[in-house]
Amino acid sequence: MYSFDIERPTTLEDAVEALKDEEAQALAGGQTLIPTLKQRLAAPERLISLTSIPELKGVSAKDGWITIGAATTHAEVAKSVSAYPALAALAGQIGDPAVRNRGTIGGTLANNDPAACYSAAALASGAVIQTNTREIAAADYFLGMFETALEEGEIIIQVRFPIPEVASYQKFAQPASRFALVGVFVAKFADGVRVAVTGAAEEGVFRWSEAEAALDSSLAPESIDALEADDDGLIADIHGTAAYRAHLIKVLARRAISAMS
Amino acid sequence: MTKISISVNGESKSAEVEDRTLLSHFLRENLGLTGTHIGCDTSQCGACLVHVDGLAVKSCTMFAVEADGTDVRTIEGMANADGSLSKIQAAFQEHHGLQCGFCTPGMVMSAAALLKENPDPSEEDIREYLEGNICRCTGYHNIVKAIQAAAAA
Repeated sequence: MYSFDIERPTTLEDAVEALKDEEAQALAGGQTLIPTLKQRLAAPERLISLTSIPELKGVSAKDGWITIGAATTHAEVAKSVSAYPALAALAGQIGDPAVRNRGTIGGTLANNDPAACYSAAALASGAVIQTNTREIAAADYFLGMFETALEEGEIIIQVRFPIPEVASYQKFAQPASRFALVGVFVAKFADGVRVAVTGAAEEGVFRWSEAEAALDSSLAPESIDALEADDDGLIADIHGTAAYRAHLIKVLARRAISAMS
Repeated sequence: MTKISISVNGESKSAEVEDRTLLSHFLRENLGLTGTHIGCDTSQCGACLVHVDGLAVKSCTMFAVEADGTDVRTIEGMANADGSLSKIQAAFQEHHGLQCGFCTPGMVMSAAALLKENPDPSEEDIREYLEGNICRCTGYHNIVKAIQAAAAA
């Protein structure tokens, strides 16, 4: 690693101030950033740790919404989000237990790895990402591989998820990394069904709108039998071809729908 | 450089460290606690697993300054007070849960974290919990048996 300084502010105001420095980079759980620094793929002069700020931590449920502080770890979400079981189950499948004790929801959303699990939950749920300056709807937040709507120095404070009537996340884990080779999150709300796919596309998480339309009329696995996920723009690598990933999208969507009924 | 104070295996330790120092390097190089192994250094193998405030953490993927003020436990702190092996360590010995031994510190720390969370795990629970610990010798079978035996002891 190149040399850098680490600051550990204990208030949001201090963190926002520290991140105004162009050479500063936010550090959440570090489960992606620290390996990146070791490979010298990033060379910030200063890391601003966001894990010592109490107001960024914790989970609460109110009026049909779950609110999760950005610095809440995956392990805490898995343990404490009982009002949204599919979200808790998703958090409990990220990485491995030690990674889940450090990695945070804010860190993963800010990084926007194209194979991250939380992005599928956020998009399928219609979550709201609250930053120090504004609220961003999940639909406007994910802009492509490792690209988000966050501005320079903008910090995620919390993520709010509306609780669906029923939901399921099905992940086909890449066996070495435990990232989703493909992951499909299906959520049913009073106003319709949303299907979000992670791991599959070059541009990151996306909604499978044909499946949503079919499931709006009937939430049953057979409803998507006639559909094929389009393999245009899907990732092709040593782990699987684009066609293979397209096939997995349908298989996992069917599994999710079966688990919901 | 930042001054940090960490309780390591119940003893208070203070040092000036470079901010980029990883917790694994701090334990091994500053404190001489070389039982915490560095295997892959890419957050995958789990040989460097320690407990920070009771939670299993890969010490190669956490900065020492982030551990300031915490309570860290390493494999050196796992034996009983009289120096005899703890029940998990004894079970690894009894059930041949190690061969070369490189992954063992991390395996024992993971097993201890699992049994604290879930004192009566199924074989599947154990295998799932060990997802982040890689062993190239045993094929895991005897590690699972050792943890089952420790849970029953």
